[in-house]
Amino acid sequence: MRWRIIICLLVICLSTYEWPMKEAHAFSDQVIQRGAVGDDVIELQARLQYIGFYKSKIDGVFGWSTYWAVRNFQSEYGLPIDGLVGASTKQKLVKVSKYYESFVKEQIRKGNSFTHYGGIPLSQQVKQQGTASSGGSATATNVPKGFSQNDIQLMANAVYGEARGEPYVGQVAVAAVILNRLEHPSFPNSVAGVIFQPGAFTAVTDGQIWLTPNETAKKAVLDAINGWDPSSGAIYYFNPDTATNGWIWSRPQIKKIGKHIFCK
Amino acid sequence: MLRTLLIGFLSLGIIGTAYWGYREHQEKNAILVHAENNYQRSFHDLAYKIDLLHDQIGTTLAMNSKTSLSPALAEVWRIASEAHSDVGQLPLSLLPFNKTQQFLAQIGTFSYRAAIRDLTKEPLTKQEYQTLQTLYKQASDIQNELRNVQHLVIKNNLRWMDVELALATNQRPSDNTIIDGFKTVESNVESFAETANLSPTFTSAAVQERGFIRAKGKRITADEAKKIAKSFLGLKGNEKIKVVHSGKGAEDRFYSLTIYDPKTKTETYMDVTERGGYPIWAIDNRAIHKQAISLNEATMKGMDFLKKHHFTNVELYDSTQYDNVAVLTFVTNDHGIRIYPEAIQMKIALDDGTVVGFSARDYLSSPSLHRFPKPAISLEQAREKLNPSVKVMEERQSVITNDLNQEVLCYEFLGTLGDDTYQIFINAQNGVEEKVTKMQSVERTYD
Repeated sequence: MRWRIIICLLVICLSTYEWPMKEAHAFSDQVIQRGAVGDDVIELQARLQYIGFYKSKIDGVFGWSTYWAVRNFQSEYGLPIDGLVGASTKQKLVKVSKYYESFVKEQIRKGNSFTHYGGIPLSQQVKQQGTASSGGSATATNVPKGFSQNDIQLMANAVYGEARGEPYVGQVAVAAVILNRLEHPSFPNSVAGVIFQPGAFTAVTDGQIWLTPNETAKKAVLDAINGWDPSSGAIYYFNPDTATNGWIWSRPQIKKIGKHIFCK
Repeated sequence: MLRTLLIGFLSLGIIGTAYWGYREHQEKNAILVHAENNYQRSFHDLAYKIDLLHDQIGTTLAMNSKTSLSPALAEVWRIASEAHSDVGQLPLSLLPFNKTQQFLAQIGTFSYRAAIRDLTKEPLTKQEYQTLQTLYKQASDIQNELRNVQHLVIKNNLRWMDVELALATNQRPSDNTIIDGFKTVESNVESFAETANLSPTFTSAAVQERGFIRAKGKRITADEAKKIAKSFLGLKGNEKIKVVHSGKGAEDRFYSLTIYDPKTKTETYMDVTERGGYPIWAIDNRAIHKQAISLNEATMKGMDFLKKHHFTNVELYDSTQYDNVAVLTFVTNDHGIRIYPEAIQMKIALDDGTVVGFSARDYLSSPSLHRFPKPAISLEQAREKLNPSVKVMEERQSVITNDLNQEVLCYEFLGTLGDDTYQIFINAQNGVEEKVTKMQSVERTYD
């Protein structure tokens, strides 16, 4: 009886254990295009690197360098050159390349800097022992043009401090006002300059900007950066119940969202 | 005995509290002085920069040689931009002092444009010299006023922190030299903006809003706006819709709708133009579940949606996945020419492929008729204008808005240089490199 259990356990262990050098299954069914993130993109980059088309970091984000690698691959193998990774491109890619999934995943998990070229032993392709361990599968992320993750975080802090009690659209509008000020000649032209301009935002003056923002605030900032402007080009807003400054009432008002009146 | 002990304890307590209070007071003062010094630095620095600016504009006026004029104008631009940043650090934002900043931004734009131009081929026009002269005079006025305020600040030992306190409590002391002084500066600039004869390139420096020129037709009512929202968002009919008319400050009036769905308990927001009833933007703020469809399928769904709502001839320009939302940018393709100013943004949820965001602000504010002269140079000639080390990967014709806020027909090249991708626009009329952008959309995570 005891032996049987042990044998059973052994069998389970063996069947679930992934052999380090085993070549894993290929892509899911989706057509992969520029801007995508996830495991399919990691596999795509690793396979393209294996046959020398992709020389950048395997980071799981389908950016421009991956795009050109795909197109070069398609042109080399006589496929239609569209930069889309569909069934035929995947098939060809799987046929001509290898993908050591467990190796790649392990390096990403450990935060190592590594490559996945064919013809070189994998053990020689780990360059730097990283200390950080990334929980997710990708080690990079998409960011809107001209903004870093830290800019977005800073704006999320400001939006959360200023408008956390407001409806979602009101939070997007506050983020949009920060962006409108960036473009406006009367205001500083950097995110930090606008946010920390003395007296510009009450949340900065009273320190509420340093509260930890929630995901909603971050989402609102991303929407604003990506082109949504519920404030319709406003560069000021105020809460009519608490506004102490008479001058603000003289600004042409555009609309009211939640408790805030947005104006030019 | 007990009394002595008690007195002893109490006095110890008093001494302790006094010491604590003294320390607190010291610390508070240190911080106040620190903040005050920051303001003082920005202010005195600003006064100094305006001095420099005035002198530098004077120098440019006296110059004759075109080769030294360009660097001099570049210098004006640099000083103006530094002064602009100084103003941004002063506690002025709540008062109508932004005219000064606008003035500095305009000097900056003017000098920058003149400086980058090839002045040997295209010298400063008479009108531009006149503008420069007006700027010179204005800078001198501002300089005098600032010098005066500065003198009073130093003589009377005025503090910026007091100004800030006055602003915070909205108590305007009768004699607040700093505020009054800046008011004078401000009114000077204001009168300048009204009276000065500015060249067309100069005025375009200000924010130009064209409004929704595409939104034509008769004015709709709030009820009609509701109907438009219903068909546009595909509502079922049991939603609660609240409509608000925009304020008078909006250039083009519009209706704002808040649509509450009692079933999912989420809100969708949407704006519709009053003229013609065009949807401006919409956001559905529902929670999005696990990803079930790919970015590519989302793109198809977005395209279908646009076709259904009569946005013809659009093509995908950019697609990005943020967690489980696809953000897509579509642009018009007019007989093979991409019209970048006519962009439409969409958000598609990757759980069930429904549209959760739409924005046609750019599309509505660009003219619907495209009339551009035929290219004067060929694609090959345009390609020769590129940096030879850029490897061209894609090329097409497209229309962009350039630095002067004009729509121009260009040859667009997508190319790589090293590991980076660049988008380069060559004017199809004169071969000028209108715009070069580095395409950066991926950033490593720092967790």
